[in-house]
Amino acid sequence: MSKQERAAGHFSINESLLFEEGSPGRRAFDLSPLDVPLKQLGDLLDPELLRGEIDGMPELSEVDVIRHFTRLSTWNYHIDLGLYPLGSCTMKYNPKINERMARLEGFAFAHPYSPAEMIQGALEVQKTLEDCLAEISGMDAVTLQPAAGAHGELTGILMVRAYHESRGNPRRSILIPDSAHGTNPASAAIAGYVVESVPSNKRGTIDIGALQRVVNDEVAAIMITNPNTLGIFESEIAETTELLHGHGALVYMDGANLNALMGMTRPGDFGIDVLHINLHKTFTTPHGGGGPGAGPVAVKKVLEPFLPYPVIESKTDGTYSFNYDRPHSIGKIKAYNGQFGMHVRALCYILANGAEGLKEVSEVAVLNANYIRSKLKSAYALAYDSASLHEVVFSDRLQARKDVRVWDIAKRLMDYGFHPPTVSFPLIVPGAIMIEPTETESKQELDAFVQAMLAIDREAQQNPEIVKSAPHTTRVGRIDEAAAARKPILRWRAG
Amino acid sequence: MRYIPNSQADRQQMLAEIGVDSTEQLFAGIPEKLRLRRFLDLPKALSEPELLEYFGKRASKNEIEAAAFIGAGIYRHYIPIIIDALISRSEFYTAYTPYQAEIAQGTLQAIFEFQTYIAQLTGMDVANASLYDGSTGLAEAILMAQRITRKNKFLVARTVHPEYRAVVDTYAKNLGIQIELIGYSPDGQMNLEQLARKLDSNTAAVVVQSPNFFGTIERTHDVAEIAHKHDAMSITNVCEAISLGILKPAGGDQSEKRRADIVVGEAQSFGVPPSFGGPHVGFIATREKYVRQMPGRLVGMGKDFSGRRGFVLTLSTREQHIRREKATSNICTNQSLCALMATIYLAIIGPKGLREICEHNVLKTDYAVTQIRERTKFHVLFSAPRFNEFVVQSPLPLSDDRRAREGFPGLPLRRFYPELGNARLLCVTEINSREQIDRMVQGLAS
Repeated sequence: MSKQERAAGHFSINESLLFEEGSPGRRAFDLSPLDVPLKQLGDLLDPELLRGEIDGMPELSEVDVIRHFTRLSTWNYHIDLGLYPLGSCTMKYNPKINERMARLEGFAFAHPYSPAEMIQGALEVQKTLEDCLAEISGMDAVTLQPAAGAHGELTGILMVRAYHESRGNPRRSILIPDSAHGTNPASAAIAGYVVESVPSNKRGTIDIGALQRVVNDEVAAIMITNPNTLGIFESEIAETTELLHGHGALVYMDGANLNALMGMTRPGDFGIDVLHINLHKTFTTPHGGGGPGAGPVAVKKVLEPFLPYPVIESKTDGTYSFNYDRPHSIGKIKAYNGQFGMHVRALCYILANGAEGLKEVSEVAVLNANYIRSKLKSAYALAYDSASLHEVVFSDRLQARKDVRVWDIAKRLMDYGFHPPTVSFPLIVPGAIMIEPTETESKQELDAFVQAMLAIDREAQQNPEIVKSAPHTTRVGRIDEAAAARKPILRWRAG
Repeated sequence: MRYIPNSQADRQQMLAEIGVDSTEQLFAGIPEKLRLRRFLDLPKALSEPELLEYFGKRASKNEIEAAAFIGAGIYRHYIPIIIDALISRSEFYTAYTPYQAEIAQGTLQAIFEFQTYIAQLTGMDVANASLYDGSTGLAEAILMAQRITRKNKFLVARTVHPEYRAVVDTYAKNLGIQIELIGYSPDGQMNLEQLARKLDSNTAAVVVQSPNFFGTIERTHDVAEIAHKHDAMSITNVCEAISLGILKPAGGDQSEKRRADIVVGEAQSFGVPPSFGGPHVGFIATREKYVRQMPGRLVGMGKDFSGRRGFVLTLSTREQHIRREKATSNICTNQSLCALMATIYLAIIGPKGLREICEHNVLKTDYAVTQIRERTKFHVLFSAPRFNEFVVQSPLPLSDDRRAREGFPGLPLRRFYPELGNARLLCVTEINSREQIDRMVQGLAS
């Protein structure tokens, strides 16, 4: 690669598994001396209860541990390194102050079972975040308990169920557009519902006609994503919610794409009854290599009685408390009250932005996506012509003619120093390439990405083999996934 | 806004490129009647110094010393400094889920190491990449046992963490699962006679927790043996993962019949701060033969096409993004960063350190119990051996609420176990000094 290009080689140090390292007698930790009388454990615990050596657990020094994990870390792509154009995942910059605030001793070491008067700061943070999320989404009440987006979906659908049960019939099914995230049908199934798929129309949005044919009085709710997973606003959303409400059904919204809407329109104002919000998407809590996330759920008044307990109440004297006495609650969806550390980070982000800042976030997120759309649409086939909001979906149709598929394009992007976009999703677009740049990318970074995508298209037309055998510059090549799944090795074993 | 790089000039250039005059035009797809034509009503934006002050004030309002003797599923253990230094590397905490294995080997290898540690500690064959937490983990374990056995009846010890049982109830109620509770004996352990009476051929699994919610060590291998006699599965729940360093693991017995089928739990004790209840890190471990029924992500070891060792998410055909409503679980995420914390913790502590920490927990708890018995009028309930928690009953009448709130340590158990009256659950770990314990006992004595 010439020096104008973005990615250059750098050494990457090989490192064994922890279990292949270490040496007996090494230590990285010393306890403070025991300050109570020493007794024989055998006098306190029946030897039958005790274990022997832990087979294979390594003994390491502090430097061993530091080097090991530092070396491993250098094998990762990450948002501080560059653009992460993962559609639907909203990989945006994670402000450093969020991390610092979540680590304040008074937050990190607070215990939810302390008496309420000892945890006023934590309760206030949670209540303030609830209020902010309610205002942003246009809803009436919020629970912070769910641990992640899919967990929020389950919570929301359980509330839908409790609502219908309170009216005498839990109803039978949940309608889900065919463009939805896989978690939607999986969550509905765990809540005990049958899933019915609703086809999208030519514009990539809900087909109202098809919807009219399937909706009936046994439908408990529809689960929609808006903007949908194609990045398109459901322009007939008001008609959709009216149709469902007319049949006594509720409307659930997957809030994964809220980053496009802040300050522009509010789900509560277009008829949504319940939605979950991914704090790790729109509200910058870090993805952590796959969690922890957080999936608060916001509801309209009619669903408020069914919120998981406890709910946080603010009293007239300015104090806060947990209320566990909630007779209609769906119960607990997680021990304690959610991923508090994530709540601190999300609130920190909201307060750093304020109303004008959040609106600007959505504006620039949509601007950046449309910029990429306009730069790439001649080389890559747009899946749908409809206007894009925060993300744009192409397909590999033009490259597939040379037998270069979406997966190859994704892998080749690594050689250009980028993380690939979301691929093969949504399922309704064959060879989908789903790009969401987010607002935290500069024009230069977007231009570099566009250049890489255009270069890969040229390669696909002229030298497809180089794309099909990519990546060429990573420390490992494509892993043989089929072999790995046939005889899975899921842990290290001695010998 | 300081997190947005593009200046107004950049934006103008980009708009020109797109061929529109303003960003407003890009939102034309949203019907006008649905547009919000005012600013959101949010607190005013704060500068970084203002944020420091805002959160600093609220953090300091939490009196963390008040929790010095509270455990109940969230444990205060010493957290080595190294952990935060390593997980603060952007390479770890700002990375996405490792779907693109070639540029996520760091996360993948670390998760593989987590899976190995959990399997070693629990004595099981395999463990997954982590779950949200212990409570949802237990619910997932029950759903997993329902899938394997195709039976619906579960016998669950009342000594299992009450909030975990509450979460199980929430998950179970629409899936035809019936939960029957098994009481505890005067020694504070699951009542095995009652268990034997209630077991029948319709029972899917028996759930026991050790150490249990009272801090008592359960006879998990006896429970497994009884369950297996009736062809039921045996699920052991672990809230206090540190105990795995010294207690015989539920998966570790010479006799297959006395081994648990699923060990599930919470690994917060391995270097993850209490953080007001989360994020923590759940784990689930099982036997080889059940691996395809496990929920959540799994990392496998494999090779690339040139034969180099590499790690990759595997067996994903179980998961929601492939199987949709037929998936083993709706879980999409794990708790990667917290699992990394636990992995680093275990690497630092090592097998000897883990054993020493366990010894300190047992000995300091024994010291506290002995002091309370000798110096106060409080009764220490339950005679079975304990790890680092115990239950005391106040000699004061239940109605003396004010005194109880202000003066006494630990967690009042009335909400969860009304029959125990004004009992409280106390926890003592290696970080509680003798002086602190003596002060606490003094408080109870006066």
